[in-house]
Amino acid sequence: MSLLRLDRVSRHFGKLQAVQDVSFEMNEGELRAIIGPNGAGKTTFFNLITGFVPPTSGDVWFAGESIRDKAVVYRVKKGIVRTFQITEVFPDLSVYENVRFGVETAAGVNGRPWLPRAKRLELARRTDELIEVVGLAAKADRVVSELAHGDQRVVEIAIALTMNPRLLLLDEPTAGMGDAETDHMVDLIRRLHSERKLSILFIEHDMSIVFGIAQKITVLDHGRLLAEGTAAEVSVDPQVRAAYLGEEAKA
Amino acid sequence: MMRDERLWMALGWIVLALAPWWLPWLGGYSALGTKVLVYGLGVMALNLLLGFAGGLSFGHAAYFGLGAYGAGMTLKYLAPSTPLALLAGTVVGGLAATAFGPLVMRRRGIYFAMITIAIGQLLYFVAVRWNEFTGGEDGLAGFSRQPLHFGGWVLDIRDENKYYYVVLVCFTVAAWIMRGVLRSPLGHTWVAIRENRRRAEFLGVRADLYIWAAFAISGTFMALAGALNALLFNFTSPQDLHWILSGDFVIMIVLGGMRNFWGPLLGALIYIVAQDYLSSVTDNWMTFIGLLFMVIVLAFPRGILGLLRRRGKAAA
Repeated sequence: MSLLRLDRVSRHFGKLQAVQDVSFEMNEGELRAIIGPNGAGKTTFFNLITGFVPPTSGDVWFAGESIRDKAVVYRVKKGIVRTFQITEVFPDLSVYENVRFGVETAAGVNGRPWLPRAKRLELARRTDELIEVVGLAAKADRVVSELAHGDQRVVEIAIALTMNPRLLLLDEPTAGMGDAETDHMVDLIRRLHSERKLSILFIEHDMSIVFGIAQKITVLDHGRLLAEGTAAEVSVDPQVRAAYLGEEAKA
Repeated sequence: MMRDERLWMALGWIVLALAPWWLPWLGGYSALGTKVLVYGLGVMALNLLLGFAGGLSFGHAAYFGLGAYGAGMTLKYLAPSTPLALLAGTVVGGLAATAFGPLVMRRRGIYFAMITIAIGQLLYFVAVRWNEFTGGEDGLAGFSRQPLHFGGWVLDIRDENKYYYVVLVCFTVAAWIMRGVLRSPLGHTWVAIRENRRRAEFLGVRADLYIWAAFAISGTFMALAGALNALLFNFTSPQDLHWILSGDFVIMIVLGGMRNFWGPLLGALIYIVAQDYLSSVTDNWMTFIGLLFMVIVLAFPRGILGLLRRRGKAAA
């Protein structure tokens, strides 16, 4: 079943056509990559899905409902959760406190000045479980700003997971990471997809990651949809080679 | 670490409970201890907003003063009842903070500070001008705290030692509630907003509403402190609303350490004892507080308790 569908969506900023007439469909349980050269409109594409910017024209559907006019918060509640290109965490709090805040927010108890013991324990268990899932259990009490960059990004994903996503959007999850950190992140994405059956859509520059884990790849260029298909299909597409991979190969 | 904190709290409470015995021995007196607890309660309440939720209120004397006037006027004009006076002062200050909250909750940093100062000064001038009711510049006198009646048994809290224990009980209950709230999801939300408001809002948290709640709760406990203070001296004046007092509150918090629940109490202790002692030696006692303040801000930004804690951690 189609989880996310964009119907001829465009977004202009003044004269700049960031996204032009893009139609896109993604199924439940899919692991999909978005690629394209700088300025291809990838981040705008993400913002259209998450509601950070409204489309100039076209429609966005999620789980059978038009979310074109819905606010960010509504979409988060529906399960569209993202991470950012720049790490967005609570830097002076511990890993545990970061994740706990997400868990409490998702449980809708933010405003409670008091919780019964059973509920408190349940939320603590959920926090521990998510920290375990992302592999940070040994660092749960560390202050996030003191962690390595790679671990900080993992914390961000843990916060995203607290929101019970149906569709997880990752904006350059391995940006700025070393090899070991990248491997760890790739492994995490793969596990979230296979073990937790998450639908994941990610923007990535590193082609080895994209071709390594994405089931399907969507290529954007100058705001337009250039090609779509499996790694094998996309990598032989002449238009893609001209616009993007050729550039890479030359560089 | 939890266990450690409980041990320290128990020890601290025993020291406080015995204060009327050991204070005179150190050259103090129980009213001084009462004043430390009253201001300690006030600045811990302010710190709930300032240190935990990140709301830089420079006008919290407004709620201290409203609590004081509310309690004093209740005794003077309404009924000779201490519990009623404390309740009335707390409710008046708490309601005012709740009413003013929406004016400040969307402001950040310096704008937040400016609006809170403006509200405080507004109330200050009301108290100064509304002569026949507030006593104007001379302050409100002509009321005094009344004995407490428990069925047939009477506790005459006009005695300074006994009033100390009334304040200690109020302090303990208020601190216990505030500590509980700060350790609840609500408290966690405040800290998250302080740390990264944008991120919290992306998760669907209405930050302004939570800042409003912090402002209201903080103002309520600050008003309780003001009411207790009015009954300590059987007097209040517009100075209890003035921005200079608001500034003193912030100084106490920074001295003690704003990232710690108990830090402000330590700050109040240092400030008030220094004031009591130094002002008997020199009129320029504020100079010394100022110097201490500068040293703390420059060298120990987490305050004295923050420093002690780091030492404790390094040793452990």
